[in-house]
This record gives sequence, C-alpha cells and structure tokens, in this order.
Amino acid sequence: MISESVVRDALLVAAKDLRLERRSKIGIAQVLPFAVLVLLLFAFALDPDRNILRQATPGLFWVTVLFSAVLTLQRSFGVEAEDGILDALRLSGMSPAGIYLGKVAALVVQLLALEVVLAFGVAILYDTRFIGIPLLIGVSVTATLGIAGAGAVYGALAARLRSRDTLLPLLLLPLLAPVLISATRGFEVSLEREAVSGWPWAALLGIFALVYVALGSLLFRPLLEDA
Amino acid sequence: MEPIVHLRRAVALIGRFPALAGADLDVDPGEIVLLRGPNGAGKTTMLRVCAGLVSVSSGTAIVLGQDLLRDRAAVRRRVGMLGHATFLYEDLTVTENLDFWSRAAGATVADGRAALDRLGVASRLWSLPVSALSAGQRRRVSFASMLCRRPELWLLDEPHAGLDSDGRDVIDDLMREAASRGATVLFASHELDRAGNVAHRSVTISGGVTVADPSVVPNSGTVTP
Repeated sequence: MISESVVRDALLVAAKDLRLERRSKIGIAQVLPFAVLVLLLFAFALDPDRNILRQATPGLFWVTVLFSAVLTLQRSFGVEAEDGILDALRLSGMSPAGIYLGKVAALVVQLLALEVVLAFGVAILYDTRFIGIPLLIGVSVTATLGIAGAGAVYGALAARLRSRDTLLPLLLLPLLAPVLISATRGFEVSLEREAVSGWPWAALLGIFALVYVALGSLLFRPLLEDA
Repeated sequence: MEPIVHLRRAVALIGRFPALAGADLDVDPGEIVLLRGPNGAGKTTMLRVCAGLVSVSSGTAIVLGQDLLRDRAAVRRRVGMLGHATFLYEDLTVTENLDFWSRAAGATVADGRAALDRLGVASRLWSLPVSALSAGQRRRVSFASMLCRRPELWLLDEPHAGLDSDGRDVIDDLMREAASRGATVLFASHELDRAGNVAHRSVTISGGVTVADPSVVPNSGTVTP
C-alpha cells in the first residue's frame, strides 16, 4: 500500500518537474521539434512508396516516442544532477519512492502530451486514420507508463555519470524493446483492423508498466543512496 | 551529556582514496566548532560524513544519536547542510525553490518566506529565477532554504564565501542564535579572523586525520587565528 507521505512527496516532485518544464520550455522548444523532425525524415525516406510508410507508421511512431523519451529523461535527471540537488533530495527527508513516482508522473504527462502532437503529425504526414481510439489511448497510456517507469530508474542511475548522455540510451533502449514491440503491435491492430483483438497488447503493456514501476519504487532508494 | 557528533578512527573513502583516514571528533550540543586545515585536508568530507551523505567504511560514527554505519537516512532529515553547491533549481524562482524545499522538509511555505526575510533577501528578488541572481544572493537563498528546515545540526562549508560584509554578519548572527537555542554548528572555513570570532573552539584536520591544535584556547569562546 502506498503511504500518504509517499503520495505527498510524489505530488510535490511531479508539480516541481512540470513547473521546471514550463519555465525552461525544453520540451516544447527542443524535444517536440526533434520528434516532428524525425517523423518528417521518415516521411522523406519512405515517401516514394506510400504503402510501406503507412504499414510502418506504428513502429515509426513508437521509435520516435522512444528517442524523444530519452531526451526528456536526460533533461529530467540532468537538472537533479546540477548544483548538488541530488544531495539536497537525499537530505530533504522525502521518501525515495515518492521522488521516483513523482518523476514518473511528470514524465508520463510530458510524453503523453508529445504523443498527442505526434498522432496529429502521423495523421497529416503519413495519411493515417485512427480507428480504435479507446485501444490507442489504452496502449499509449500503458506504454508511456512503462517507458517512464523504466526510464526513471536508468535516469537516476546515469544522473551523476559524466557519460550519462551517451550511456542512458545504451542502457534504456534494450530494456524498452518489449514495450516498443507490444505498443507497435497494439497500434497496428487499432489502425488497421478490428480493435478488439488489440486489447491483449494493452494488457501486456500494463503488466510491463506495473513491473517496471514496482521495481523502480524499490530500487530508487539504493540508486539515490549511491548517486 | 552525549555528544551530537562522535567520530572515532572514522575512515571515509572517496573512490579508493581515504579522504578521512581515521579522524576523531566530538561536538557537544550547542557548540559552534570550526574545522580548519589546508585544501584537501578532509574538511568537506568530514561535513558530508556528518550529514550522512558519505558512508564511513570503518571506525565509529554517531551523529544525533544515530549510528551512521547502520542508518544514515535518519540523520539526514535532522541536519542542515550548506556546501559549495547551492542546492537550488536555476529555472525556478526564489519562492518556488523555497516553497519546494520547505514543503519537502515538512515545513510550511511561511517558514520559507520568514527565512528569506531573515537572510535579507529583498522581496523584489523573490519572483526572479535563481539563474538571474548574483552568487552572493544565491548563497543567501541557499542558506534560507537550509534555515527553514530548522535543523538540529548545522554543517556549513565555507559559509561566508561569496557574501558581502552584511551577509557575513547575518550568517555569524544566525550561527550564534542557533547555538543559543541548542542547535549545534560545525563549519569549515579558511577565513580564520571572522570564523574565530564566532566559533567556540576549532579542530584542525590534516591528511584526513584530526591533529592536535596548539592555537585552540579551551573554553575561551575564541579561536586564535
């Protein structure tokens, strides 16, 4: 059971992270243009055969989300590594699980907002029609929770390392391969066929997310301790 | 009376290097103790050990009644640390930083505002992002952030660095007030003239160990620079 203090700390950290994002505008000014640029480049590369582009849309969408998530994570944990803030978090008395869940919540909000924009992007650039909207939402929410849950663990792990910018994607992307595969399959079903058959993918993503977040809540204390 | 800080043959490693190589230290409640020594002597590491931020690999380390070899987290909540870093988010405003850190420590937003007032941070600066402040102003905000936690043990690393004369006087007054209320202050400084006026006694560290200090005048309330 999550205690009241963990929830309080999580809300405090999530609100602080979203305020930091609103002030710095890194997501809007850098991550979002990067994501749209990746979609555009895929469109340029595959445009001669529109059919291939349409078939590859779910995979391209989630690869773009994963690359953008790495940038968002680097920013999210980069600010904590500046000016002794990791030490201040350790001295603050906040529960490590609360800090972790707060970081995850803020990441989920930012990534979901990015995915909404990217969905419009693929609709326009790739001529995609969304059919199973509830399934799309289910897949997006569970996949994003899994990405943020695993990403926050590795973000904290890499935060104090000088090589964190290159190390984070190397550590994280292999771990997120099951999320990428499941989210892509779920999207394929919801874009092309009968959406009902896609729900097992959403359920699988939900299990990944639960496992990552539960492990992250437990692992964050030693990670913060050794940071 | 049990000491607030009790270190015996404490060894702390930074990587493989023994930054503390068997240090001894006792600090009683209400004392203001100056740590002195050359650069690289181990002053910062000793402060970080007392804050529970660096682990002790051998020896005895008891701070605020807690054995640091067993549980460092319990100590961290009760200490206030001012280091070389400011512990502030550059993109947040002064009040946003204070609100976050005071609420994280279980204090109120009003505690944060009162601390800013006490540190002499002009209210026109409160709505500015920390990145727009001078080094001295950041130092004051950082000190306010520590103050609103109402720590039992103050651990200050070069607390006067970067501050103007007024700011240094405020810090000295706050240290004396804290000690008079029963809090304990352990601070490192190279400004021995000023630090000597506020410290009750000094402890010298060299090469990671505490050494006998001929300049200390026991119970005199002053430290010979």
